[in-house]
Amino acid sequence: MNSTPLVECRDIAFERDDVPLFSGVNLRLLAGKAIQVTGANGAGKTTFMRILATSLAPSWGEILWRGQPLVRQLQDYRSNLLYIGHSPAVKAALSPRENLRWFFRLAPSREQLSSVVIDSTLARVGLDGYGDVPCHTLSAGQLRRVALARLYLSSARLWILDEPFTSIDVEGVGNLERLMAEHLAAGGGLLMTSHQQLRLENIDILDLEAFAGGCSQEPSPPHHDRFQHGQRQSAGFQGAHDR
Amino acid sequence: MTAETKANPFAAIFFRDLKLAFRHRSEIANPLLFFLMVATLVPLGVSPESQLLSVLAPGMIWVMALLASLLSTETLFLSDYRDGSLEQLVICPQPLWQVVLAKVCAHWLVTGLPLTLFSPLLGLMLSLPAAGFMPMLASLALGTATLSMIGSVGAALTVAIPRGGLLLSLIVMPLYMPVLIFGASAVQQAVDGFSAVGTLAILGALFAFSCMVTPFATAGALRVSLHG
Repeated sequence: MNSTPLVECRDIAFERDDVPLFSGVNLRLLAGKAIQVTGANGAGKTTFMRILATSLAPSWGEILWRGQPLVRQLQDYRSNLLYIGHSPAVKAALSPRENLRWFFRLAPSREQLSSVVIDSTLARVGLDGYGDVPCHTLSAGQLRRVALARLYLSSARLWILDEPFTSIDVEGVGNLERLMAEHLAAGGGLLMTSHQQLRLENIDILDLEAFAGGCSQEPSPPHHDRFQHGQRQSAGFQGAHDR
Repeated sequence: MTAETKANPFAAIFFRDLKLAFRHRSEIANPLLFFLMVATLVPLGVSPESQLLSVLAPGMIWVMALLASLLSTETLFLSDYRDGSLEQLVICPQPLWQVVLAKVCAHWLVTGLPLTLFSPLLGLMLSLPAAGFMPMLASLALGTATLSMIGSVGAALTVAIPRGGLLLSLIVMPLYMPVLIFGASAVQQAVDGFSAVGTLAILGALFAFSCMVTPFATAGALRVSLHG
């Protein structure tokens, strides 16, 4: 397997209103691997996911995509990325079918999007027969299933999923885990937050709480202090990563 | 289905927004109703005398169009922000200013254009002299498009603020002023028997300038808003 990681984070730190949320987060995601980001509520999991999805800029640190700094190949990164955040981004006024077409147009996908493909995808996420009803009549779990249907259509190599299992039932979680395993086997990468124990091979845990910045420091430490602090912490993580 | 695979994101966003607008017809109707209601109320409140009304009409119609446009500006990014679509748009491979441009075009088509097309009816209700109709249509078409462009910057800046409507008005009102001044004076000039072409050209220049600048400003503002 190629030893250049798909995504690499170096010393990522984020502060909001001068209060550091986390700092010195290092991460190496190899192709075919998954990393589950854990941490208590408020540890910054969603923020970290949004940083990796390029929707937020980190206050500090660098992200590399296939060994090259992200800033120079942002478009390439974004077209290889599938991010599903906290809110499902499903339009309530559109039907699941229309939402899928829209997602498809927004990002490159695996195959041509014929109505047959849409029907079979909807069937796979358990929305058979709901293709043409407006999404505001669907339940929270069904809405999330519409968003997760993107995973079946996507050709993105990197999946960033923020709590994908929220309001999904046991069977749905099983299906998703199988899909994730397929994605990893095909050489994709997966970064996700979840409070659940995942039944996936090749999965590492990144505990964001270990990088919590500012817990034992003044509210606004100078930059170089935070940098060193991060270095020290990241050494601890590297050990966990190599297990 | 080959068209689907090659669909360009600009068109996709444009047509999605049009479709969404038609699913929420009441949101399109709101500014229009406001526009019509004020026009009905002015003769009742001021005076039904057509001589007086014809003096007021050019400025009146423009002020109403501006306020109606302001009413609809707030919704430009709000629903996309609330359901998380905005974040997906920000991280899509397409440059953000193109996304913004597509959204603003669709927004103008369902708000500014209907206002422009309704304005002759208001002209009749306020007994606007016949010479003012064509300049009114032209100035409103150019003007509302400029207002949509400028409004998008304010809408992007305030999208993450709960009840940001007031702040939005404060931000965009000063920028709306030149459009109002030149728009209303174009109609006034035509009514007074002069050529409105020069003033319309200035409106066109304002529109061209806003087309060049505001998509980038709005894109930047959206990133700032999502950062909050």
